[in-house]
Amino acid sequence: MSTREKVGWGIGGLLIIIYCLFPIAWIVSLSFKSSSDISNGEFLPTSATSENYATILTGDAAELFLPALRNSFGICLIATALACLLAMFAAYAIARLDFPGKKIILSTALAVAIFPVISIVTPLFNLWREIGLYDTWPGLILPYLSLTLPISIWTLSAFFREIPWEMEQAAQVDGATPWQAFRKVIVPLAAPGVFTTAIIAFFLAWNDFVYGISLTSTSASRPVPAALGLFTGASQFESPTGPIAAAAVIVTIPVVVLVLIFQRRIVAGLTNGAVKG
Amino acid sequence: MTTTVEKETATSASPRHAASDKSRSEARLGWFLAGPAFAVMLLVTAYPILQAFYESLFDYRLTDPANRSFTGLTNYGVILTDSVWWDAFGVTVLITVVTVAVELVLGFALALVMVQALKALRPVLRAAILIPYAVITVVSAFAWQFAFAPDSGFVNSWFSFAGLAPDTDWFGSPGSAIFVICLAEIWKTTPFISLLLLAGLAQVPEVLQEAAKVDGATWWQRMRKVTIPNMKAAIMVALLFRTLDAFRVFDSVYVMTAGANGTEVLSFLAYRQTIARLEIGLGSAVSVLLFVSVVLICALFIKGFKVDLSQARGE
Repeated sequence: MSTREKVGWGIGGLLIIIYCLFPIAWIVSLSFKSSSDISNGEFLPTSATSENYATILTGDAAELFLPALRNSFGICLIATALACLLAMFAAYAIARLDFPGKKIILSTALAVAIFPVISIVTPLFNLWREIGLYDTWPGLILPYLSLTLPISIWTLSAFFREIPWEMEQAAQVDGATPWQAFRKVIVPLAAPGVFTTAIIAFFLAWNDFVYGISLTSTSASRPVPAALGLFTGASQFESPTGPIAAAAVIVTIPVVVLVLIFQRRIVAGLTNGAVKG
Repeated sequence: MTTTVEKETATSASPRHAASDKSRSEARLGWFLAGPAFAVMLLVTAYPILQAFYESLFDYRLTDPANRSFTGLTNYGVILTDSVWWDAFGVTVLITVVTVAVELVLGFALALVMVQALKALRPVLRAAILIPYAVITVVSAFAWQFAFAPDSGFVNSWFSFAGLAPDTDWFGSPGSAIFVICLAEIWKTTPFISLLLLAGLAQVPEVLQEAAKVDGATWWQRMRKVTIPNMKAAIMVALLFRTLDAFRVFDSVYVMTAGANGTEVLSFLAYRQTIARLEIGLGSAVSVLLFVSVVLICALFIKGFKVDLSQARGE
């Protein structure tokens, strides 16, 4: 590659980075604007203030935001863990056993993944109210499985297919007990795949909005995206732009941290599941 | 006890029997392991959609439960002859076509840059590109809305040189509101497409590229005759996934306009009927129709464009 070409591709790369980070930089900047500064028409605040963070963490909006944050973490972690557990067994069967119905399970996972979420919400809204699951954690965890389970099955079976399972037998030939062979050989090989799958599934659950606004009514179970969407600043006299921006920054921090640490694995998981399988 | 003995004799008697016996027990173990996941998937999707279909046959409003009555397919007739449905349908199709087309071109450009980028830059690029993918859609929608809103944004003042008035209300008319919604959707989902295309690019044999180069093919010719035909499967899979995803657009519309000013999409229509108006019967019918639309799009892709998912998955 000539130097000129290198510079050209380098500039291209720089443009991509700007493209990806610009809206994030904007919402961070907005979150540090004081209420009089919001409408200054500039990208940056005239002077940075932390008042918006104070509002959502200790002030008026804390009773809306903090329970939502707790709900989001709890519900998403449980939905992710359940999906990974179920998917681990399914993916093991798909990767290692030869049985009719393998294709059916994978196609079902695909069909569920492309299912319009809103079509599930309508009947659940009615049913949940009748059986008392409306506005509860289980009432969200169950439908969240429709988001987390298909991608987990799909991604994990892709990972499991690449594990050299013969090594388990090799270890047994070398004198390991079946349990030792599984724990010392297979678990370390499978763990990164399971972990990556969990991150991707968590992103999907964390992103949910439709279930969150439709199947909850109070801070008992309302997750953050729904709380943000319904955050109209009724309890305040000014427009809630600043506090919303601050809350948006806070819920973005966990995903950015995950991306920075595990970027290579996440890319492998996403493309493995969808393209190679 | 007796069964085990019988089985053992059977195995020793005929090896053919043994094989089918082994495959039968493998099938049993397979379904034992995969069954729970399969059952849960059906429970959270197949069951609700059947329930929705059942409820769509009734005239049923939660505010007036006593007057629930069976009306057959009347709800479908009401919806399909109402311009509200067709307007929402048009907006949804418009957003889908615009975003998917732009994302495909932009995503391809991003993938090409990532292939060529210097080794040192690659991890940074990869992390950057994952950020829009991982950010919550609602957060992205707010970021774009605040940027364009006259009372909190910078877009109007930045582009005042192009004749934008400082109080331009982007969300006041359908065209400009849909434009901003599309921008937000494109920003958020292009990285995903570009990652799929990047994986597709990696599957194009290097030898073919070299051969074409030796034969004197220009960059554009190589792109058209070698690269794109060889990654057709990856392109089609990306296209199918994104089309279906775009067709479900909801979060951005809810946050930016709440369906006002001619920006209502199908998902929002279903939501409004059920959750806001408590019209369970009508809302269920909209949900079923949305589901049918998604199935039709999927069938169109698989039959019309011959998308072979198993081929794309390298089997």
